[in-house]
Amino acid sequence: MLSAASYAREAAQSATPAKFEFFSAEQAAEVDAISARIIPTTDTPGAREAGVVFFIDRALVTFAKDNQKIYTEGLPELQAKVSELSPALTKFSAATLEQQDHILRSFDESSAAGGRSSRRRAAAQSFFETIRVHTVMGFLIDPDSDKRGNRDGVGWKVIGRDNEHMFQPPFGYYDKDYPGWQPNPTDVDKSKS
Amino acid sequence: MTIAQPKYKTTDEVDFVIIGSGAAGGILAKELSGNGFRVVVLEQGPYLTEKDFVHDEIKVLSQDLLTNHPEFQPTTFRKTPQDKAKPQRALVYGRIVGGTSVHFTANFWRFHEIDFIERSKVGSVPGATLSDWPITYADLEPYYTKVEWEIGVSGQAGASPFDPPRSKPYPMPPLPVKSSGVIFERAARKLGWHPFPAPMAILSQPRPGRSACINCGFCLSFGCEVGAKSSSLATAIRIAEKTGRCEIRPNSYVHRIELDANGRATGAVYFDAQRNVQRQKAKAVVVCANGAETPRLLLLSANKQFPDGLANSSGYVGKNLMLNSGGVTTAVFEEPLNDYKGFAVSRILHDFYELDPDKVGFHGGGGLDARFDMTPIGFALGNLPPGSPRWGKAFKEVLSHNFTRTCEIFGHGTSLPVENNSFSLDPDLKDAWGLPALRMTYKDHPDDLKLSAWLNARSVELLDVAGAKKMWAPPVQEQQFAVHLLGTCRMGNDPKTSVINSDHRAHDVKNLFLCDGSSLVTSGRGQPTMTIEALAFRAADRITALAKRGELPS
Repeated sequence: MLSAASYAREAAQSATPAKFEFFSAEQAAEVDAISARIIPTTDTPGAREAGVVFFIDRALVTFAKDNQKIYTEGLPELQAKVSELSPALTKFSAATLEQQDHILRSFDESSAAGGRSSRRRAAAQSFFETIRVHTVMGFLIDPDSDKRGNRDGVGWKVIGRDNEHMFQPPFGYYDKDYPGWQPNPTDVDKSKS
Repeated sequence: MTIAQPKYKTTDEVDFVIIGSGAAGGILAKELSGNGFRVVVLEQGPYLTEKDFVHDEIKVLSQDLLTNHPEFQPTTFRKTPQDKAKPQRALVYGRIVGGTSVHFTANFWRFHEIDFIERSKVGSVPGATLSDWPITYADLEPYYTKVEWEIGVSGQAGASPFDPPRSKPYPMPPLPVKSSGVIFERAARKLGWHPFPAPMAILSQPRPGRSACINCGFCLSFGCEVGAKSSSLATAIRIAEKTGRCEIRPNSYVHRIELDANGRATGAVYFDAQRNVQRQKAKAVVVCANGAETPRLLLLSANKQFPDGLANSSGYVGKNLMLNSGGVTTAVFEEPLNDYKGFAVSRILHDFYELDPDKVGFHGGGGLDARFDMTPIGFALGNLPPGSPRWGKAFKEVLSHNFTRTCEIFGHGTSLPVENNSFSLDPDLKDAWGLPALRMTYKDHPDDLKLSAWLNARSVELLDVAGAKKMWAPPVQEQQFAVHLLGTCRMGNDPKTSVINSDHRAHDVKNLFLCDGSSLVTSGRGQPTMTIEALAFRAADRITALAKRGELPS
């Protein structure tokens, strides 16, 4: 696997979608490294393969413009943490994966997930929560959208969502042997329960 | 698609100006223009069509492509009239041509007989302004049937022993069953309950110009890209436009209804897309702006004759808000359901529609549905089990495992009408047009909370029998967010305790009609849209009869 920095460099040099609209190459490498810890590459693709850094870059000049400052202020803070941990280092992307996880854990104050959030906004409070939400979005956004995320639909593949536009039944395990609708047994009368 | 529509001048006195193009407004536009009247429909939102209905969760959900926008239309919330309301997103509704019917779940339950006569059947309920409707199920039955056949509703007549009588079967068979539906059906039958195929306003068979559902999986909260969801946009509005007498005028935000010296409405005052003020003249005004915006418009239209809001001599404009109660229980199963494919709901049950207060200790009733209505981002951010990892390898694992294996049981139940629950004008906050923002006041009747918890317990019971590997339900809490907007200009025979009569005519203004969720006297057990549309068909008949009798200005 390419290191984050060389990946970003290579991406910045390759054809499309190559150019960053908001990040410098260095910032992009940092964001790429962070997102790759939020949704890591395992035996399946992660945020990196889904091109999440490109998604976030575009987000910050479009629908998430209001979050620019969170990134420009959050990245140096994160880098300060890196130096604190290991004075020789100045970049998150240069730290070991263990160090990276350690630093992110310290940034991830809130740990309680949950609650239905169909109308969640990207305007999360902390840097970590913002980049976490953006990473999830960039991993799982409709790959046909103009958002540059979920490249080749890899995010959907990881969660088991076929990248198709129409489906036919049977859909899943439990309906595959369904014999068709049979009327309810009529032995129970329409009494109150 | 370009459809030739008339372009009326604002100075043309058309027969009807209809405010709002959603579930009710679309049908009234179709019926009234079909009956020969000249109609202008003023819709605050844009005119989007199938090509605009993308699967981009950020555009549709985070950016409110189809819905009221909290930035331009901020709202406030408080629990009781004694509290100071705080800015908070309090409601969501469709703000596009077709209204909320474009993005809704399309659960299409009829109300049952009990919903119209509950007050006389069960007696008064302390703390509630429970009242009988001035019409009965039998009055509305022909219109329920009309809705099913005209807009296209799929379902299985006779499949539920609790169904009210119907004069005709559904026009098309139910949609295919989902894995969540099979799990639900098998478990419910083990418990002796009576699950049945959900009636859905989604086509299981194609109709002219519309495809059957292609099971794309972006259904609730999204517009249908193939016209399979039977929204007003895909149905009534298309027909209204073809009459050549109906103009749909989008981006028209009505903020005042004016009266002449004789106390008759003269038309509607609105901001056009450029925020210039326009006045559409009309012989009669029909407000179908939804259960929040309809009362707001009347309150904004206060004048010398009606200092407390137009047509508000009863003081009931905006009051008795009902949201429907209920809860969600989420479960994970061993094998993939792949419930992300298709529409949301394929099986429901109504065994608990009429609970006996003496047995359960509260008033009301409800139904359950099995569904999966989440899209990938929303799922990853909000639908993993509580306490799940939020990032890293473990997060990715639970996300990858659960997405295809999760489903939900929704409880849907009664909201009792409570006079203090309301939409009103916020005294401080303004919208982007400088108008007072909506203020929601809501505190569930205690019985509604008990009912929600009771329905959740049934969901847990069902999922347990179904062999769920994991399940969880957030504790029942007082509601602070509205989707169903009901009861705020209720129908009734007594002008002192209702805003409109059974013809949907305002008691106080003879050529002003209100028809939408605000007209409802009771909340049913969830799923109000079917009843709103049946009321709209009926209202169109009543209004046409009045006009033909010469009771409207000509």
